[in-house]
Amino acid sequence: MVTLLATSAPALVSPGLDLERSFSQALESFGLSEQAARLIWLPLPMLLVLVAAVVGVLVTVWLERKISAAVQQRIGPEYAGALGVLQPLADGLKLLVKEDIIPARADSLLFTLGPVLVVVPVILSWLIVPFGQNLLISNVGVGIFLWISLSSVQPIGLLMSGYASNNKYSLLGGLRAAAQSISYEIPLALAVLAVVMMSNSLSTVDIVDQQTGAGILSWNIWRQPVGFLIFWICALAECERLPFDLPEAEEELVAGYQTEYAGMKFALFYLGSYINLVLSALLVSVLYLGGWGFPLPVEWLAGWLGQSVDAPLVQVITGTTGIVMTVLKAYLLVFIAILLRWSTPRVRIDQLLDLGWKFLLPLALVNLLVTAALKLAFPVAFGG
Amino acid sequence: MTIAASTQLICFLVLSSVIVLGALGVVLLSNIVYSAFLLGGVFLAVAGLYLLLNASFVAAAQVLVYVGAVNVLILFAIMLVNKKEDLAPIPGLTLRRLLSGGVCAGLFALLTRVVLTTPWADGPEPIGEDATIRIGEHLFTDYLLPFELASVLLLMAMIGAIVLARRDVQAVDPGTGEVADQGLIEKARTPLLVDQPPS
Repeated sequence: MVTLLATSAPALVSPGLDLERSFSQALESFGLSEQAARLIWLPLPMLLVLVAAVVGVLVTVWLERKISAAVQQRIGPEYAGALGVLQPLADGLKLLVKEDIIPARADSLLFTLGPVLVVVPVILSWLIVPFGQNLLISNVGVGIFLWISLSSVQPIGLLMSGYASNNKYSLLGGLRAAAQSISYEIPLALAVLAVVMMSNSLSTVDIVDQQTGAGILSWNIWRQPVGFLIFWICALAECERLPFDLPEAEEELVAGYQTEYAGMKFALFYLGSYINLVLSALLVSVLYLGGWGFPLPVEWLAGWLGQSVDAPLVQVITGTTGIVMTVLKAYLLVFIAILLRWSTPRVRIDQLLDLGWKFLLPLALVNLLVTAALKLAFPVAFGG
Repeated sequence: MTIAASTQLICFLVLSSVIVLGALGVVLLSNIVYSAFLLGGVFLAVAGLYLLLNASFVAAAQVLVYVGAVNVLILFAIMLVNKKEDLAPIPGLTLRRLLSGGVCAGLFALLTRVVLTTPWADGPEPIGEDATIRIGEHLFTDYLLPFELASVLLLMAMIGAIVLARRDVQAVDPGTGEVADQGLIEKARTPLLVDQPPS
């Protein structure tokens, strides 16, 4: 993947492992200018992350089918590939070849644009997800704030598709989705703010770096247990996962804003919601579970084995464990989300809004205040 | 011209044309829903311009506040009160349009003149990623009073919204002029959806 901005990195990448530099040098040896080489390099990590996101969705869909089957004592998909692993691909292929229907009285322009506006911000947010010290597309300074602001664009797409479908259930679903998203964004942002206050930076890399000191003990979940719960509840609500899937509550609203959609446009909603789930799980692991950090600090392990942290082989192993740990933590959270979906009943819309405004918002404010007080009182433990 | 500079120029041209055409669409389109969605597009393009100026924090705040909150609330309001009604034709509409067009053209000429005659000094160097820290420092030192006044303004708006929404704190319903039912909110069992309020 890409290595950018190695300014604040404690362990610098050794020159042989810097893929970007090697790639640029290889292109420059063919006579291309430095800028042209950079231009050719730029789309590659983006493409890689896009493929990773889509594969992550396929895995999540398969897990959802298998785990729901296990919860309900069924077998689940079995014939498409070993243990049904190809079932998500079959689902995708089915949606791809289905007829693309636009209702006669619908607004065809907005109807088409809606799903796109739902998916694009979610995919853009993968920009800031770090899989390792230098393994992210761009270490932008506003980092986690970029994700919060991008995720606030999504309700516009939902409102658009709900309105354009010319269907009362769709419109109600779109309105519910926007109301839910706005209400839960505030406690979510306040929970993130408490973490940001401890790490003195909005950048996701700095947030993880601040949690690396003593392995599992320095993860933010021990210092921010309330913030972790608030963030997880709000992330589930933002992803419209059960128990908060009111915008598409089948018994009340048919399928909410998705009612009139078919084929690839429906697949975009489907893809968007699962990419969002995986992204939320990844960000929970970045913010609270130490991101790419191994439960034991890699520096200690390398020290015991008598290796230098900067040795190329150690760096390759560190990078690989980083990716594995990030994905492992994220999928543990995805597993919990799926288990929650198949074991909890749906809340009512008034309970949902009460929970958001009357419980989570004051709680998040108190959490922020306590974090600020603790930071002033114990600057060693809470990031001075 | 380097590739980076030309990319920047192309981005600038695309964003500014989106802003100009989108803003014209917001004003001129007769379908109010299209206008609201186009407004969101204009806000996003303005955020893009901030990004080009190396002000990423301002750009993210622009998207969060204007697209994520203001525009969504505008859409909400439009969709909740979307009555299909034929508006009565206003007398002298052509004259009114000509007059407002003339005023706008005059304002545009004035602004163009100002832009061309002002000697624009080069601003300070963009500080890039440190901008977030610098904004925080300024907000809590020399711009503290405006910052706190803005929060008082928001508090006032919030109290106003609560007063409008909770009709039981008022003796008279502000919408209809009738005497408000004081116990409407406390009595959760009262059927709220019937045409006549229960006596």
